[in-house]
Amino acid sequence: MSEGKVFLIFQDTAEARPFINALEQENPKASFDYQPGMVRIEAMGELGMTREVVCEQAGRDVDLQELHLTLISLSGNIEEDDDYFRVVRH
Amino acid sequence: MAKKLNMRKRYELLTRGLGWEPTYQAKEKVFSNESYEGIKITDWSKWEDPFRLTADAYWKYQAEKDKKLYAVMDSFAQNNAHLNLSDGSYVNALKLFIQGVSPLEYQAHRGFARLARQFSGEGAQIACQMQSIDELRHAQTQIHTISHYNKHFNGMHDPFHMHDRVWYLSVPKSYFDDAKSAGPFEFITSVSFAFEYVLTNLLFVPFMSGAAFNGDMATVTFGFSAQSDESRHMTLGLEIIKFLVEQHEDNLPIIQGWIDKHFWRAYRVLGLVSMMQDYMLPESPMSWKEAWDIYFVENSGALFNDLARYGLRMPKHHEVATAEAEHLSHQVWGIFYNYIHAAAFNIGLPTEAKMNWLSEKYPNTFDKYYRPRIEMWREMEAQGKRFFNMGLPQLCQVCQIPMGFTEVSKNDPMQIAYRVSEFNGEKFHTCSDGCKDIFDHEPEKYVHAWLPVHQIFQGNCGGAEIPDILNWYHFKPEDGGDYKGSADEARWKAMKGEASPATSQSNAAA
Amino acid sequence: MSLSIAAKEIKPLRINYAHIARRVGENKPATRYQEAVYDVQPTTNFHYPATWDTEHQLFDASRTAIKMKDWYSFTDPRQYYYTAYVTARAKQQELMENSFEMVEKHNLLQNIPAEVLDIVRQTLIPLRHVEYGANLNNQDICDRGYGVTITSLASFNGFDRIGMAQYLSRIALLLDENEEDTLVAAREAWLTNPVWQPLRHAMEDSFVLADWFEIMVAQNVVMDGLLYPLIYERLMAKLAAQGGAPLLMLIQFMTEWYDETVRWTNQLMKVTAAESPENAALLSQWTQHWLARLEPAMTSIASLGFGDQAAEQVMAVKQDLVTRLAKNGVKV
Repeated sequence: MSEGKVFLIFQDTAEARPFINALEQENPKASFDYQPGMVRIEAMGELGMTREVVCEQAGRDVDLQELHLTLISLSGNIEEDDDYFRVVRH
Repeated sequence: MAKKLNMRKRYELLTRGLGWEPTYQAKEKVFSNESYEGIKITDWSKWEDPFRLTADAYWKYQAEKDKKLYAVMDSFAQNNAHLNLSDGSYVNALKLFIQGVSPLEYQAHRGFARLARQFSGEGAQIACQMQSIDELRHAQTQIHTISHYNKHFNGMHDPFHMHDRVWYLSVPKSYFDDAKSAGPFEFITSVSFAFEYVLTNLLFVPFMSGAAFNGDMATVTFGFSAQSDESRHMTLGLEIIKFLVEQHEDNLPIIQGWIDKHFWRAYRVLGLVSMMQDYMLPESPMSWKEAWDIYFVENSGALFNDLARYGLRMPKHHEVATAEAEHLSHQVWGIFYNYIHAAAFNIGLPTEAKMNWLSEKYPNTFDKYYRPRIEMWREMEAQGKRFFNMGLPQLCQVCQIPMGFTEVSKNDPMQIAYRVSEFNGEKFHTCSDGCKDIFDHEPEKYVHAWLPVHQIFQGNCGGAEIPDILNWYHFKPEDGGDYKGSADEARWKAMKGEASPATSQSNAAA
Repeated sequence: MSLSIAAKEIKPLRINYAHIARRVGENKPATRYQEAVYDVQPTTNFHYPATWDTEHQLFDASRTAIKMKDWYSFTDPRQYYYTAYVTARAKQQELMENSFEMVEKHNLLQNIPAEVLDIVRQTLIPLRHVEYGANLNNQDICDRGYGVTITSLASFNGFDRIGMAQYLSRIALLLDENEEDTLVAAREAWLTNPVWQPLRHAMEDSFVLADWFEIMVAQNVVMDGLLYPLIYERLMAKLAAQGGAPLLMLIQFMTEWYDETVRWTNQLMKVTAAESPENAALLSQWTQHWLARLEPAMTSIASLGFGDQAAEQVMAVKQDLVTRLAKNGVKV
């Protein structure tokens, strides 16, 4: 079923790595499609990350809003707070 | 100890309550654009901020992005990195971009400034002004990136002059003028939702992966950097639609009408992108049809499923656009093959390898309908009879593309589609049911269109002969025509050390 | 087959875009600023009449009575294009971030006398609404104005106001340990306290001006030219002397911002007035009108912090402004 699909596309850069890694760790069913310069991460219904895991991946304190530096595109409704960021289908 | 505020609450406290409630002047006068489109807002405070970026965080992140972007730009120029492109013909995609797209970014900047003045709710107002300066960023970073290419290739030397005048650039220009001449809610539905949310992935993702595929790291960098703002813009697009339909039931049919209209309008503009993607990139990462399937059929399908509970449905004629996905790029390219002598970029017949790629990507249509035509043209070229259409085409009154789209959805893909409407005793021609619907809904608007061909006939474009007109466009002889034998091809060969530099210098002397 | 590197063609065909070359010449490389601003705005062949202003084209120089042979005669002395702008602001915000952190961490507001903090609550915090109104005016100039060198600065200026409104809000939250009492009271004062009404009234009247250049004069020249020196220089210096020195750290952005802003408004007045006696007369007429209108409004809010010295203080900043304008060819 494609109806409930959400995605995030990040630049494929070192800066985006902590976010991509966190998504990988926290969304075991998500698929990762590496294209020239970018990576497209897809899942059904929901895709999200928590600050704790992103910080762990980065090895430093990260403000989740830093994802605005490397997030290229998305599909779904955003839900966010200081501690999490996710896109969901209603 | 001060109490801890979460992101939402903190953002709310910093910005909410700022909205202006006039008492000395009438509200309808202060926010004069807010009601004339018939949109009813009962409570702006119900607005959900699509992103909660304070001004200081914005400055910080954007400066960081630009520091990286300009570092890439500088090193690209210093190292003459255009020499690493897959092929000189790739640059034609950039010509189309700076002539057709960058001026729209600028228009968006000014359009969102109007919304930032006219929306009385501070949440939407602030989101719009952030988008307004983002769009200025996009225009300016594109000018700066492509500036290096302009030094080494033709066709990019006067893009803003061209945008206001050239026949094929009236396609994107009229699309944006259409949104900009409308009220603020139609503008935001058009630009933020129909374009940014539903269709922008089809412009940027293929363009930028195309650039990456063809060794253009400068464009990849500005493109992806611009797209990182776009994810905020898309969120604004979705939020505004949900907000408006939740505010009042009367808004629903108005919004649906705008979605229908601007989907079709933007889709027609993207016809140019389909040509770029399938015919102009030396190496194509994905076909138009593949991009359409992923980013429209699948993604927008899911989006409109979400929106169904608000009473919104897929844009009218979306199934036509999906049926056309197997034809669009071939037809648009065919139009330009006819008129490329009057353009400021080069195209040419696809190579055998490219034809095979097209056969593979378009198994139902390419070999059946389009390969034979290309082979015929190739035959004619071999005989020294390269076919150029020296007449002036009839343009669609709405999208302004020369009539050349066919009756794909009526299972007659070889029959050119014509639609006719009458208004004030005059006949007006459109290219499709989509464009005809748009005309019939607001004929009084579309009769004003500055149609390049009509303007030429009326003597408003520098003269009656093609050279006069091209001169008025500021085109130079080396700007247009087939890539094969072009000044750019000669230069590219010289750049790669495949021909003597003298050849390209004589071309450059103009 | 590839030849030696020396044989490869790397000499450029041209240095500049043609529209830039027409202004700076073929052979002199344009600056990033020049490339970013010159002639980017559409000028002709618009397709449809604007539904929101049927009298004019989508972009139309006749939305103001000011006439310029070339709308790009004015250029920004700071040479702000987007990146130069955000880079400058990013530096300033970093300083501000450190200041807020410092003040919060060491509880620096704690030892400020209560009567000083009261004046901050009553005078400074309601200014977030003034900034928001100034933001609306500048978005309007960006929307209806003409020429990228002018409109892009209005856009940046408008965005700066949002930043400053947010900084003022943060001061309020700092005072209240993240409760919203001061924010709510400041809004109430702004809407109902008689002291603020002449200014609020004048701002609403500026919102409905038809001529965007008059808005530029009313807002960015006259109103800012009175308000910023009055509050951020004079009043804050007074409060600092009364034990409120840490407050200066929290308004550093505003004082720097004003010094910087004056550079381009001076230049804009100078170039516009020098264009023709008609322009100079219009600028002087608008300035006079808005000075007369805003002087009492400023005196009214100055009374909160300066008591019976309010009129004198406003007179002094007015005199400075008049002198400044005269230097730039605008006689009052």
